[in-house]
Amino acid sequence: MTTPTDFLLWVRGPGFDIALVVFILGVIIRLLEVLVLGRKHDYSEPRGGELGPGLKTVVTRTLPETGSFKRAPFTVIGGYIWHIGFFISLFLFVPHIELINATLGLSWPGIASNLVDAVAAVTIVTLIAMLFSRLTHPVKRYLSGPEDYLTWLVTFLPMLTGYLAYHRMIDPYPLVLGLHILSVEVLMIVFPFTKLMHAFTFFIARWYNGAMSGRRGVQS
Amino acid sequence: MSGATLERGLNAFREQMNAPIASFFSSCVNCGMCAEACLFYTETEDPKYTPINKLEPFRRVWEQEYTLWGKLKSMIGLTEPVTDELLAEWEELIYDGCTLCGRCSMVCPVGNDISYMIRRAREGFVAAGYAPEGIKGASRRAVTIGSPMGVKLPALQAQIKHVEADTGLTIPIDVEGADYMALLSSMEIMNFPEYLEALGRIFKQAGVSWTISSEAFEATNSGIQIGSSDIARVLVSRVVSAAEKLKVKYVISPECGHAYTAIRWEGPNLIGRPYDFKVVHILELLDELRASGRIKTEGTEEDRLTFHDPCQIVRKGGVLEQPRNLLEMVTSDYVDMTDHREMNWCCGGGGGVSANERAEELRIKVFKRKKSQLDELNVDTLVTACANCRLIIEEGLEEYRMEMPVVGLTEVIAEHLVEDKE
Amino acid sequence: MADHMKRFRQTLGESLRERGVSRRGFLKYCTATASMMALPPTMVPAVAAALEKAKRPSVIWLSFQECTGCTESITRSHSPSLENLIFDHISLDYHHTLQVASGDAAEAAREAAMHENEGKYLVVVDGSIPLGNPGFSTIAGISNLQMMEETVAGAAAVIAVGSCAAFGGLPQANPNPTGAASVSDIVHDKPVVNVSGCPPIPTVITGVLAHFLTFGSLPELDALGRPMVFYGQSIHDRCYRRPFYDKGLFAETFDDEGARKGWCLYRLGCKGPMAYNACATTKWNQGVSWPVESGHGCLGCSEPDFWDAGGFYNALSIPDSDIIRNAGIVTAAGVALGAAAGALNRSTRAKAAAKHETVTIDDLDRKS
Repeated sequence: MTTPTDFLLWVRGPGFDIALVVFILGVIIRLLEVLVLGRKHDYSEPRGGELGPGLKTVVTRTLPETGSFKRAPFTVIGGYIWHIGFFISLFLFVPHIELINATLGLSWPGIASNLVDAVAAVTIVTLIAMLFSRLTHPVKRYLSGPEDYLTWLVTFLPMLTGYLAYHRMIDPYPLVLGLHILSVEVLMIVFPFTKLMHAFTFFIARWYNGAMSGRRGVQS
Repeated sequence: MSGATLERGLNAFREQMNAPIASFFSSCVNCGMCAEACLFYTETEDPKYTPINKLEPFRRVWEQEYTLWGKLKSMIGLTEPVTDELLAEWEELIYDGCTLCGRCSMVCPVGNDISYMIRRAREGFVAAGYAPEGIKGASRRAVTIGSPMGVKLPALQAQIKHVEADTGLTIPIDVEGADYMALLSSMEIMNFPEYLEALGRIFKQAGVSWTISSEAFEATNSGIQIGSSDIARVLVSRVVSAAEKLKVKYVISPECGHAYTAIRWEGPNLIGRPYDFKVVHILELLDELRASGRIKTEGTEEDRLTFHDPCQIVRKGGVLEQPRNLLEMVTSDYVDMTDHREMNWCCGGGGGVSANERAEELRIKVFKRKKSQLDELNVDTLVTACANCRLIIEEGLEEYRMEMPVVGLTEVIAEHLVEDKE
Repeated sequence: MADHMKRFRQTLGESLRERGVSRRGFLKYCTATASMMALPPTMVPAVAAALEKAKRPSVIWLSFQECTGCTESITRSHSPSLENLIFDHISLDYHHTLQVASGDAAEAAREAAMHENEGKYLVVVDGSIPLGNPGFSTIAGISNLQMMEETVAGAAAVIAVGSCAAFGGLPQANPNPTGAASVSDIVHDKPVVNVSGCPPIPTVITGVLAHFLTFGSLPELDALGRPMVFYGQSIHDRCYRRPFYDKGLFAETFDDEGARKGWCLYRLGCKGPMAYNACATTKWNQGVSWPVESGHGCLGCSEPDFWDAGGFYNALSIPDSDIIRNAGIVTAAGVALGAAAGALNRSTRAKAAAKHETVTIDDLDRKS
């Protein structure tokens, strides 16, 4: 690996293949590790259904409960901003759509690049603020371990390198583009081994929560 | 030689693992929102009471034994084992610092049912011998004497005699073939015999065929509180066999929160089969009698009233509408607390905390949550439907020098009951 | 030879007037040069004064492993342009493709120019230098490496023209059979300017020379040794089709509706986002057109390793492996491994259940 182009070719070639293998293998193993465990048959007489309330909770948990929102508005609003910003940057930036189209054959309309740029800037600032909050809020600081900071970092780097690449703040371009792709690969590789898995397992968790409550006649 | 060991505890943690719990642990991102829903954190501001943190020993077993990655990490020494020291330190968090109220489970953004996990984690703590003395004592009394408070049949019989003498009612005992078998909690027998009287009057008026079993009148289940399914099974089995022996169609769970959870939701799973009878909460039955016109009331309470939703009956029991339907019949100045129904705040004494003397100071401290909820409303009387909540709230009010009667909803209904003259 | 020596002594101003270029034409050229070098208009008189007095420098042009495309680029203009004029008015003392002399005579001319202008002449190199075997490319029996080292030793600066000289170019493409190297791989003790492109824009070559004539120094360079004024912005950022990119309007094939409407060529493999060059602003053939305008994506020819940067018709950031096929295989493997991991978990739990000892009230205290 002698030149930036070699580096770019490596990260988008073998590098991406490695990341993809680790990501897919890891995520599927992690999901099956959870799902295959199953749960025991419940002999108690149900008051309500499981499926409907479970699915409803999958959706409704996206909105915060009023009281706890009032107590921790920063966590909630910051969480919204950066998650939405991250997904806009990931899925509505034209080159990303092109990448998905070229690899998976799926396509949808993007939004103007300068708008994505503004969203990315807000997301980056919010992520930094969230890190600051994690370091200072008594509960979050108490709960956080190396994994929490690692997952923050590997989420932050693709945003940062993407921003630097878009604005060509590192020369030459193949280097910064390569760094951006590499940071995404790091995210993909770290993903299955950490709490980043919540991006998949939260569907399962919310469903079980809603289902177990729904069985008792309560919408959770 | 019997006795609790760390290995038995770890084994119990392993046994408890299932897909819901694995999905919950996989999903937690340490956002800290559950702390904001927990009165032990909001009233102490000590981050160790963050609900998800109370599960750290259980989480370690999950990570190290139920994930490939965790197994690899353990092999190269990147994980910390669950030790006696860890369990000793966490015992206070999982027993004194949690009432299994389930409020955190309602706010977790990723949907973790944290109280469900805590209930199951306690299985490991009991098996390893890390349960508070108070709850251990209650469990021993429940198994040997039949009641965690040590109430024996003669005590019940004495109370029945009092009630019968006062009211001229007959309280049916061991009537085979009755439709309903009523259970009582020790607290109702010893502290609130009004409940028994109310039952007698209402059922007589409504023409409900009912009975109490002399063999299994105790509804409370210390096994659920200490978190041992084995002990809970022993206690539930007594009720099940008594009900099946008397061939009743229904068992009535009394105004007691965890008793309802024990007999209604956990019981069939503890004995590994559905019951031959149905379980109804007393409020469900009263609401049915109201709806079918079998009971009528007259007049309303003049006081300004509010209702404390017992966690196990409302949020975790699904008896949501019935208490409000009943209250509507007998109140004219009713107000709800800011957070009510399934988002109500716990009294601070559920989940075995009230049986745990060591936790008293903390319990009084976290009662400030209920106190501030009540302060907002400026009410005269508090109604509830759980003898344990009632006792805890009375103690809390006394501690904070607040004058406010606390009454059971069944009694309020009985007070306004229209009774036929004989 | 005498004519040559006379022209060599002339200043640029004298030479231009002798060729019939008016003062007005000269100033126009100076303005164009100043603007090309991104200098403010107030600098035009200074540029004019400097160019007026500039002595025509000796230039030695060395062609190594190349295709002569760079020379073609500079010489094949349809009408005399100011670029041609200025090119006329350097003293091109050696260029084995263009010069009449050959063999020893040609080499003698090179040596004479080197000797007469020791320390002042410019060396222009096009083509890469084979390091694998000196015999791969020789001129008059002299290996490319030897000739370059010899010639560069007394030069003021080296201008590497074209991507081969600048970065190794096509000869260096995988598997690089000749061990081709760029000028800057070999020359470390002289200033090297890379004028990359396959071929580079003629104006860019003359612009660099004009800068040298005007200021007696080399222009500001980017990280790859290219003049910032020409290579400071990407094709993508200056492309007239950029609005279509921002709106997500792409040509899918070279003859579809989008192609006819002039939409963005990103999906057709345009390397505009990674290519730094002046094509989008300067254009080619006296400003007639440029690749993107003619309907083909940019190849990124001014960038290192552009031959090896995947297919010309694949977008740069897109992995070239068959993702769906790979993902399919990995998913199948994942399901198998996941099922095994799940089964292992179930057996862990089943073993624990088998080991379960009933907790009785006699078990509540720890065994001491």
